[in-house]
Amino acid sequence: MRDAEARRLWAANLLRAAAVPLTAVVPAFFMDGFTVLGTHLAWLCVCVLCVGTLNVGLCLVLKPSLPPKRSSVATKISRFLKCCIYFFMSCILFHAIIVLYGAPLIESVTETFLFAVLLSTFTTLQCLCMLGPNIQAWIRVFSKNGATSIWENSLQITTTCSILGAWFGAFPIPLDWDRPWQVWPISCSLGATFGYVAGLIIAPLWIHWNWKQLTYKSR
Amino acid sequence: MRLRSGVLAAGCLLLQAMGVAIFLRGFFPMAVRARPRGEPPGDGPAEPAPPGSGAVSNWSAMPPPLFRKVVLVLIDALREDFVFGPKGKQFMPYATQVIEKGTSYSFVAEAKPPTVTMPRIKALMTGSIPGFIDVVVNLNSPALLDDNLIWQAKTAGKRIIFYGDDTWVKLFPKHFVEYDGTTSFFVSDFTEVDDNVTRHLDRVLKREDWDLLILHYLGLDHIGHVTGPNSPQVGPKLREMDNILKKIHISLLSKEGEASLPSLLVVCGDHGMSETGSHGGSSEGEVHTPLLFISSAFEKRSGPLTQPELVQQTDLASTLAVGLGLPISRNSVGTLILPVVGGKTMREQLRFLHLNGFQLSRLLEENTPAYEKDPGYEQFKIAEKSHGNWIKLYLEGNNSEILMNLGKKVLKQYLEALKTLSASLSKQVAQYDMYSMMVGTVIVMENPVVSSSSWSEVDVLMLAGTIGHVLSLGASSFIEEEHQTWYFLINTLCLALCQELCRNHFLLKECDPQHGISLKQNFDGIGEASDCKNIDVPTSGNSKLDKVASSAEFIKGSDKWISLASPWIILICCRLLRSLNQTGVQWAHRPDFGHWLTSSEHKSELSFLAAVSLVMIFFLVQRRCSLVSKIAMALGLLGVYSYRAAIGNVVFPWQHDSKDISKGITEARFVYVFVLGIVFTGTKDLLKSQVISADSSVKSTGLWEVYSGLVLLAALLFRPHNLPVLVFCLLIQTMMTKYIWRPLKCDVAQITIMHYWFGQAFFYFQGNSNGIATVDVSAGFVGLESYVEIPAIFLTAFATYAGPLLWAIHLLCYLSSEVSRNAAAVGHGCFCYALMRSIPVAIYILLVTGLRYHLFIWSVFSPKLLYEGVHVFITAAICLFFTAMDQNHSQKVQD
Repeated sequence: MRDAEARRLWAANLLRAAAVPLTAVVPAFFMDGFTVLGTHLAWLCVCVLCVGTLNVGLCLVLKPSLPPKRSSVATKISRFLKCCIYFFMSCILFHAIIVLYGAPLIESVTETFLFAVLLSTFTTLQCLCMLGPNIQAWIRVFSKNGATSIWENSLQITTTCSILGAWFGAFPIPLDWDRPWQVWPISCSLGATFGYVAGLIIAPLWIHWNWKQLTYKSR
Repeated sequence: MRLRSGVLAAGCLLLQAMGVAIFLRGFFPMAVRARPRGEPPGDGPAEPAPPGSGAVSNWSAMPPPLFRKVVLVLIDALREDFVFGPKGKQFMPYATQVIEKGTSYSFVAEAKPPTVTMPRIKALMTGSIPGFIDVVVNLNSPALLDDNLIWQAKTAGKRIIFYGDDTWVKLFPKHFVEYDGTTSFFVSDFTEVDDNVTRHLDRVLKREDWDLLILHYLGLDHIGHVTGPNSPQVGPKLREMDNILKKIHISLLSKEGEASLPSLLVVCGDHGMSETGSHGGSSEGEVHTPLLFISSAFEKRSGPLTQPELVQQTDLASTLAVGLGLPISRNSVGTLILPVVGGKTMREQLRFLHLNGFQLSRLLEENTPAYEKDPGYEQFKIAEKSHGNWIKLYLEGNNSEILMNLGKKVLKQYLEALKTLSASLSKQVAQYDMYSMMVGTVIVMENPVVSSSSWSEVDVLMLAGTIGHVLSLGASSFIEEEHQTWYFLINTLCLALCQELCRNHFLLKECDPQHGISLKQNFDGIGEASDCKNIDVPTSGNSKLDKVASSAEFIKGSDKWISLASPWIILICCRLLRSLNQTGVQWAHRPDFGHWLTSSEHKSELSFLAAVSLVMIFFLVQRRCSLVSKIAMALGLLGVYSYRAAIGNVVFPWQHDSKDISKGITEARFVYVFVLGIVFTGTKDLLKSQVISADSSVKSTGLWEVYSGLVLLAALLFRPHNLPVLVFCLLIQTMMTKYIWRPLKCDVAQITIMHYWFGQAFFYFQGNSNGIATVDVSAGFVGLESYVEIPAIFLTAFATYAGPLLWAIHLLCYLSSEVSRNAAAVGHGCFCYALMRSIPVAIYILLVTGLRYHLFIWSVFSPKLLYEGVHVFITAAICLFFTAMDQNHSQKVQD
């Protein structure tokens, strides 16, 4: 049973990890002059849309942790609206934190906001898909020893890796190399993306190696 | 044991300060090749003897001067494009006309960094490249002892007149028959400094009793410092300079008719200015200055205008020496600018080049053991030999065309040899005293080795941040932009603190104890960079009983929310401060609040901000002072405002017309009285607590009073737009104390490191950077009539390091108020603080030693080394103060 679930996690994570490089390659066939560095904003949009749809799709297909109880259309709609509001709020929060870290307040607002949306996609959207708009559950998952399934462990790892990636991505900005990828927010968004992909790959490996220690408290 | 560790740390830091001093002594060689000028200049070498025994050259005396009079017009911060660029065409019509059609030669002279006035004057007059240390003694320029042009001219009986920057008068005391030094003290003075020079001009130009006239105009530099190179004030200033050039040139020409020799007018800049208007670094705008020779001896310029040739600034000394018929200064590394003597006969030209080459090769002989293998030396010897052959032909009275062609060949050989010699000599300037450097490094390194025994309590985050910062010092960009590192680290620290606060407020109280402990153990793990979203709150399953039971013993609801909000408020404060002063290199030109406030049309906003800041400083500081100190503080802050109003930075609301601007001596001294009074009261309390073993509250009041005295001093010295830095510093300290350190019960190491990090960040919030140009020298003159060395250095150092210093003293205040909880707090804090300072310095010294031939060693690494060195000295002083406080305490415990 757990083996099967682990295999499903592998498949889902590899699929999601493979989607990211594809977002850099595939649009070039449809759009003239599309490159990750040159038309960074377009790539950010494509990446957000692609990763977002994939996450939502996988969530609908696999239903990793949603409670199986039947719910009315009204509750479903309200859940959906709540998810949208949460997502939007997390974008704003990320934007605020990025500005506090020193991003320009007025210039390049679009860049900063898209970067915030990207971070939200890598972190909040995943949480929304897995856990729904249920703050209590989020808090439980993100406290130590709070994960109750390998899916939630994977969620922890990818989220942390994405944020750490964005954090490390800011390092090369002050260097005077004059490379195109040092322009705000390219290095940070690339860092976050690499962090996300790395997290997706690390998570199943980590679970594999710590298989014995993982004992999930039943709810 | 811990008390010991504090003393040990202070001792080690003192030792380290000594090590740094020795290292600096080795790293900045005071005068690499300064030879005393010794015996009066004899005759130079004779012309090279022609081969064979028979003929001997009949010309061994010094060649006669080429010009009767020389006028040197030095315009401070004259950038190359101010004369040759579009600005020059627009605002300097006369100079442009002379360059394009007149009898002139124009060059672009390249200045070597540091592009600061005094080293540049030295370079222009000695022809050598002064070491970096000259920047440091820039304020207090001692007399120039090296062989130089002015001294040579004076010895040769030339009469020299000087008007302008009084740095010259200090460098060359008793050298001028007539002089009038203007001080460049008031940077906001654009007109008077120059009028003081020009007012003598008419009279002097009429007279005949001088040979060399030097004019040094400062106005352009002042305009650059205050408003930048693109300000509308630059144009009129350039036009004024152009008129002066016109006046001098016409006057010189009118005198020339009867005289046998023509005159020479030289126009040059000592350094340029960067895009922000400052200088000191090595950007293209700062190092490229125009160099213009105008004389009727030159041929009229014909043909299309070409791009001015690039020469070295040091070349001027040799060229002027030749032009005045003087021996070339011994330490000069410059080469003769040939076109200037181009009108002379071939024999004379060759003679000049030979003199120059002989001087350079002698300099090389004295500085390089293996000089004979130097390519330049070999080239010179070959050229000298062919020169001899040429003279033989010449003396034999050979055909003039053969002579001419051969002469041209020799000329070319000489020029190449000179170029190679000059280049290899300039390279040698970066010569280090490796012995001192090694001794210094060994002493410095001893420190971490000795004290690494009790290193245990520091957090992973802080450890990682510290190590990351130290490693980043290896890259020049990270040094230039070091403020970004600190801002990034304190931001992350605030977010981590926010997470811990949330954990503390929601989790530890409400969870079951077992869960809580396990969580606490795990805290240091992953979530350093995670934000508030990752708060750990109990699972919904936990009963409400716990909540009810525990909430009683914790702080009230409103306090809880303030506490939770405090990291965010601190973050916002830091963001505001960050946009107050743009610093560093890459983004320094971005608009910031500081410039907006200091521009003259926003004077009322600045006044309002300064007034509000001063009031807030009062409210934040007074709460722990005694009544007398409170009153003194209030009066002192009023004094600060009236000082700023007196020197014209801010206005009083009732004062509409701009009154006359004074130096504000009275007001500043009024504030000094209160600073001394408050510090004295504090010290009295401290002494009382030591002698009479009173309770610790007397001591902490005393410490706080010393602290508030320093705050008042900082308020006086900071420029008015920087007063918010002081306010936010106090605000953050208050909030951290009340809502973060006390509730979280942080241990001493954590608190010390946080203080150190914030201190560093505030160093940059003040507008400092790792470049020399940002040191606010004006702080050293507050309340002083003229430059007095010791107080000026002390005040400048205090104003520059006010951020780290105030945080360190606050650390002492906080720790000694916590003594009741942890008796060893002060000693342990001192130890951690010393460690935090000594590790980066030790590693930085190693890095600099490794990178000593790096391209940016002068412009980036050396200034940083100086900053670090001074910081170590200040930290050593602070640690001694810590130890003294700690000693008091331990004595009391023993009693």
